[in-house]
Formats: sequence, C-alpha cells, structure tokens
Amino acid sequence: MSKDKLIIANKGYKSRLIVGTGKYKNFLECSKSVKLSGAEIVTVAVRRVNIFDKSKPILMDYIDPKKITYLPNTAGCFTSDEALRTLRLAREIGGWKLVKLEVLGDKKNLFPDMIETLKSTEILVKEGFKVMVYCNDDPLMAKRLENVGASAIMPLASPIGSGLGILNKVNLKIIREQTKLPLIVDAGLGDAKDAAEAMQLGSDGVLVNTAIAKADKPYLMAEAMKYAVISGRKSYLSGRIKKNIYGSASSPKRGII
Amino acid sequence: MIKKNKIKIKVNGKNYIVNNNYSLNTLINKLDIPKKMVAIELNKKIVDKKKLKKIILKQKDCLEIVHFIGGG
Repeated sequence: MSKDKLIIANKGYKSRLIVGTGKYKNFLECSKSVKLSGAEIVTVAVRRVNIFDKSKPILMDYIDPKKITYLPNTAGCFTSDEALRTLRLAREIGGWKLVKLEVLGDKKNLFPDMIETLKSTEILVKEGFKVMVYCNDDPLMAKRLENVGASAIMPLASPIGSGLGILNKVNLKIIREQTKLPLIVDAGLGDAKDAAEAMQLGSDGVLVNTAIAKADKPYLMAEAMKYAVISGRKSYLSGRIKKNIYGSASSPKRGII
Repeated sequence: MIKKNKIKIKVNGKNYIVNNNYSLNTLINKLDIPKKMVAIELNKKIVDKKKLKKIILKQKDCLEIVHFIGGG
C-alpha cells in the first residue's frame, strides 16, 4: 500500500488528499489543519502584497513551500487572459510549473467556463506548465482537456463551497474509465463520506477546502478527511462485493444447535 | 503638487511618489518586500527579478507586486 502513490506530472505523493488554504480564521488554524489532513499539496491564490502594512503575517511563514507543494490556482479569474496572467506571475514567484487552472463562468454557481478553460489549458501547456484543470463533470470536455495536454482532470462534485457532495456519480465513473490521467474530484465535497465516495468511484485524489475550513471543528474534519481518503482508496482497490437484493448469512449453517 | 524631481507611479493600485531616478530595485528594497516571495509586473509585463537594478521607474508606471495567500 505504501507504494500506492498519487502521481502528478511525474512526481509521487503519499497523500491523495489535496487541501485548499482559504477561508480559515487565521494562518495558524490553516497550517494546523493542513498538517492534520496529511496533505502534501495545498492550493494557494495569487494576490497583491499589502505594501503599506507588512506587519501582517504571510502564508509562507506558516506553510513551508519546501515541505508542502504549493499549487497556485486562478481562483477568481473569469477569462482566459486573467487566468494566464495569474499563472505566469505565480511561476515567476518561485518557479512553480504545476498549477491549478480554474476559469469561472458564473458568479453565482461558480461553474467553470469550459471554453475559456480549454483555451487556457492549451496555451499553458505550450508554455511548459503542468496544468491541473478544474472542470465540469462532462466526459467530453474532460477528454478534450486530456487531448490538449492537461496533467490532471479535476471535475467538480458540485458547486465550489456548496457541500452538496457528488451530484453525478455516473459522469465521474465515465471520466474515470476513459482517462489514465490523475482524476481529482474538486469542489463541493461536504464531509468524510463524500470524500470516501469520490475515492471509491476510482478518483486518484480529492481536493477539499471549505468542508474543512468551515467545519465547526476544522482539525477534527481535517483528520476525518485524511482517513476518509485512505479508506475510500483501499475500498476501491479491494474489489467490493456484488450487490444483492436478498440476504446471505455470514455464519455457517453447519453445527447450528 | 509633485516636485520636479519626483514622479508619480502606481503600486498595487495605489498612487506612490518616488524620486525620478529610482530603480525598481531601490523601490522594492524601500518597501521592504522579500524578493524571493513575490512576482512583479511592470505595465502588465512580468519583470525578471534579476534585472530589477536596470529598470528605472518612469512617470505613470504601473506596478503590481503579488504573492501567495490562502486560497481554495
């Protein structure tokens, strides 16, 4: 089992849980949650430095990018140009080539704009980025992303931050069957059950932010997610029993008194 | 009023007044920004951080200095 690693862009990770670093009360709560979750990859956003107040702490003081892989994202970008600008800047900060592309199309449901997403993926791949792509749970779009060179497919379970869990298991299964790329279920997972379910569908990993950061007890949920992902993965690999509408006794009939 | 030897630039959306012979490197040092942790864009073009000393700021230059923050 220790050899069962998540491989993204030729690099292996022991943990299949990727966590976001947004929405926490403070950096301390964030870094503790990341630690408890066991995640080796965290998503981060690119924003302006507060040049007039440098007394404020920064993320890198709490999460060491040498120990935890920073995955810069394009959260908040609604066009290809914005996303490309953001990721080019992210790469400049410290040579990050592994990035999470996310081009949103609607402010209310935060669904991805797949036309802009596809366009951006193609350009970023040509520029040498390893692009993990947030996308709809549409097998055809997932295929097109794969064809233009995405490094991972990251379909949503449900809208970002919604906690609705997996809305379309069938589509996720189809995407799983058609692609050899890492499949990371991203967005909408609400609890450990959702994370385990995503893993049991055959996902290579899950990405969780709000479910941990906004739980009443984030540390407890961070641990719950860690074990859910491990559990779901082992369950997926174990080859579950066939479903049967009738009962099948677990104890032998022989020797009944 | 801006004095003759001063120029007005924009840094992260805010007006900033500096001497007219200021290099980008001097500005970044004065702002006490850790270069390793940021990316800098000058008039929408990414700046090679090794060349900061060679860039002399001009009137109306627009700078964006970004870093990583928490995000999902």
